[in-house]
Amino acid sequence: MQLLSYTEAHHRFRKRLREFLSTEVSPCVDQWEKDRIVPKSVWRRMGQEGFLCPTVSADYGAIGGDFLYSVIVSEELARTNHSGLFAQLHSDVVVPYIDAFASREQKAKYLPGCVSGELITAVAMTEPDAGSDLAGINTTAEEDGEEVVINGSKTFISNGINADLVIVAAKDPAVENPYEALSLYIVEDKTPGFKRGRHLDKMGMWSQDTAELFFTGCRIPKANLLGTKGQGFSMLMQKLQQERLVTSVCAQAAAEMMLEWTTNYCRQHTDAAGKPIAREQAAQFALVEMATDVKLGRTFLDKLIVEHMAGENVVVETSMAKYWITDLAKRVSQQCLDLHAEFGLTEACPVARAFRDTRVMPIFAGTNEIMKQIAGKFMGL
Amino acid sequence: MDFNLSKAQKQIQKAAWEFARGKFDREMILARSLTQSFPRRILEEAGDLGFIGIHFDEAYDGGGLGSLEHVLVSETLCRKDSTLGSALMFAGYGAEFLLRFGDPELCKKHLPSVANGRTISTGAFLENPGHDPGATAATGEKTESGWCINGVKQFVPFADQADFYIVLCRTDSRTSAAKDGLSLFLAEAGRQGIQVNKPCDNLGGRMIGFAEVSFADVHVPHSNMIGTEGTGYSHLQRFLLENRIQIAAMALGTAQGAFDRALAHVRQRRQFGKTLAEFPVTRHKIAEMAARIEGARYLTYCAADGFDQGRATHRDSAMAKLMAARCAMAVTDEAIQLLGGYGYMTEYEVEHFYRDAKHAEIFQGPPGVQKNIIADELIGKPGPGR
Repeated sequence: MQLLSYTEAHHRFRKRLREFLSTEVSPCVDQWEKDRIVPKSVWRRMGQEGFLCPTVSADYGAIGGDFLYSVIVSEELARTNHSGLFAQLHSDVVVPYIDAFASREQKAKYLPGCVSGELITAVAMTEPDAGSDLAGINTTAEEDGEEVVINGSKTFISNGINADLVIVAAKDPAVENPYEALSLYIVEDKTPGFKRGRHLDKMGMWSQDTAELFFTGCRIPKANLLGTKGQGFSMLMQKLQQERLVTSVCAQAAAEMMLEWTTNYCRQHTDAAGKPIAREQAAQFALVEMATDVKLGRTFLDKLIVEHMAGENVVVETSMAKYWITDLAKRVSQQCLDLHAEFGLTEACPVARAFRDTRVMPIFAGTNEIMKQIAGKFMGL
Repeated sequence: MDFNLSKAQKQIQKAAWEFARGKFDREMILARSLTQSFPRRILEEAGDLGFIGIHFDEAYDGGGLGSLEHVLVSETLCRKDSTLGSALMFAGYGAEFLLRFGDPELCKKHLPSVANGRTISTGAFLENPGHDPGATAATGEKTESGWCINGVKQFVPFADQADFYIVLCRTDSRTSAAKDGLSLFLAEAGRQGIQVNKPCDNLGGRMIGFAEVSFADVHVPHSNMIGTEGTGYSHLQRFLLENRIQIAAMALGTAQGAFDRALAHVRQRRQFGKTLAEFPVTRHKIAEMAARIEGARYLTYCAADGFDQGRATHRDSAMAKLMAARCAMAVTDEAIQLLGGYGYMTEYEVEHFYRDAKHAEIFQGPPGVQKNIIADELIGKPGPGR
């Protein structure tokens, strides 16, 4: 039974996207992995083809679709086995802050560029001393006449090098309660006082430009406040559900992809006894167990997508899904490598890259420990 | 827990740790891992200090000690750094065959320079992933002056740096059991007909680049045969028994090194007004990691000690490798998680311990292979089936 009601239009969109990715993205992935970044031009191409911000209104040039379009983009991008072109982060995590909380003027100014790919976005929450604990954010935003002055440093910011717009979480030092002190601001590239730090070297996601960002006396117009002052926490909380759901979609798609490659590998290659690996009992059981886990993940996820689209509060289940499905992807990556034997130890095996790339999933978008904390809290434990 | 190590054994551990602390520069290691280059100078220094070939006879410039001492050095160096530590320990990979099965002349010729860290040796057995050595296709043909080797070997560690290869070849295709017709040869890197392909881009073990090596009409003298004709398979099995214990030791050190870094991190990192070490779940994670490491250490030391006492079994060595590598995967994985975003960053090191743990888990047979070895010894080999 299909839980998600994909229409013909959705299927056409997926087909068109898959073709686009196979001709304009997949052939470049190895080079981008070496370069540690993707060119901005591919973002523009994604925009031109209508693959960015699919849920933004058609008034801003987007396709004005439902969340299923976002799911399709996440799934299809996962099949390219790289995370440099992190369109999901842009379309489904960062831009929704603008879409939901920005003023009409701000939307008119920024959304068309977000949709076309002229403006690549990032969100800057994490700091060297504030990871899971957002109340520990030390970046300050102080009003000075018609301007706001931002000071502080952010780290592990995805799309950090390519970003043209950064949504920065900063606190008003005059407000004591950290939960009431936080606000979100839009900082444009080239604003004096906004500098990029190091492009960080990571285990995986090589083509993804994760970076440090520094704000030193960075002055932005007061009009760049996003939403209401002091509502930063509440806005983050509202949008984190979708961020975690999208992370789950990416992890689920990655697990499905690794299993598909590995199953094919086991069908096509023989074991030490000369028998196809897939005909070996132990390998069969391993593949069946993984396939079962992957199906469980898919069923849970699709149900959550339906509920999320219906506007239901699924914070507990989303936290559960984020932790369980990202752990699933990690586990599948580890077990799939074993089935490739020595080949799995080389980067020529696609699962090797996926093994490195998926390991961040149980950490980002809120660590899996935080997911359990949140679920426990909302379960009334 | 204490394995009742002798004073001398503890001194070896301490000396290896001091050496690693002094010479294992993090920046150098990270830079070389990226380009897959091995610092031979450090191998020479390790050789000068007696950490290479500690289990070789003294007549060959070795330390005259046993497998357990070798384990202690492997564990300690990998604890300081899993990538460089395992590479240093793999530099004598092929020499193990000489040590155990080679005739004294050949040993005298090659082993001292291995023990001194001047020579890198390797083994060329695999012909495809998960290869059964009994199905070896490479051939060794008798000539007037010696043997002529032909064949292509895959996943040869240190392939582009090795000074000599130990090559498994079929020397008799008429025997009824395929494994009876195999022999091992030493082929020096300079011999005509040896071609090393570009090393693979490794997931882990990035200082022991694998490569394909092809042997086309490579001539070696009679004296380069290891042991006698037809003993290749059984020697390889005996080598693997000992080598699995060493891989277990590397995995153990890898786990311990990641644990050390995770423990230091949770003690110092503050979130929500306290250190991570104060959170109950963190404490349980640390406890679980420590318990796994102690279990792996016990199996590894026992297997090595058994080997030294002449009680070596395939079962013990496969159990040590299975459980130490599993421990290394679980501990390095949890270490990354405890470090959070930092754990995923190259400069915080635990990410390469995780990749190196996976390398140890798959190299010389993934978990399924180890379980087959254990089960074959516990139950007996399965019948041919229908």
